[in-house]
Amino acid sequence: MTVQELIDSDMFEVVNEGSDTDRDISKVFCCDLLSIAMGKGIADAAWVTVMGNINTLAVMSLTDMACIILAEGARMDDPGMAKARQQGFTILRTDEPIFDAGLKIHERIQ
Amino acid sequence: MNDSIELTYEVSGDDFTRAGEASSDCKQKLKRLGVPPDVIRKVAIAMYEGEINMVIHANGGKIKVTISMDEITMELADRGPGIPDIEKALRPGYSTAPEDVRSLGFGAGMGLPNMKKYTDDIHITTELGVGTTVTMKVKL
Repeated sequence: MTVQELIDSDMFEVVNEGSDTDRDISKVFCCDLLSIAMGKGIADAAWVTVMGNINTLAVMSLTDMACIILAEGARMDDPGMAKARQQGFTILRTDEPIFDAGLKIHERIQ
Repeated sequence: MNDSIELTYEVSGDDFTRAGEASSDCKQKLKRLGVPPDVIRKVAIAMYEGEINMVIHANGGKIKVTISMDEITMELADRGPGIPDIEKALRPGYSTAPEDVRSLGFGAGMGLPNMKKYTDDIHITTELGVGTTVTMKVKL
């Protein structure tokens, strides 16, 4: 499944549709501690987290993850939103728990 | 070898909205230079951890990246408080990050361990009250 297909699936609310949306999602990655995500983040993964700040975007970009799904009703703060628009990062959100959101994506990419 | 490329960055302290800018810029430049993706990933991760450490602990500093034919060297120098016990600081899970930093998702004590893990060589010189210089190399 590509990032665009995830956006179009209506599984999650679209916060920002970025550029580079035709990349394939390789895996689901769930983690809220950015230092762990930095070391373990998987390239092309859909990252489900509750951390919605500018540093989340930096970690996503540096580890080459494909998109962020903010779960548990978490929101991206204003500096993060500005950065996401400027850099073309795809951000989605949901009120669902992290595991449920991750599992939904996992089932689609199998 | 004289045909190395040098990049320098100033990292401002306590400014989390800009943390990661140097690493992101370096990553873009390495991409344009045609450096292999796995090397870029290692450099980006190690440099970002170093950059974040400078913001959290040392009120900023300077980063010099040297790209030569066979390796990429990152030198991160700060005038922060210094590291009292390097061995402890390198231990996964050990952290002295303050609470406000932890609430941003940092402070898991993985900074230096990640830097060690993703580089081929890491050398730390530190003096209490004077500052710390971390030099890391990733082979091409």
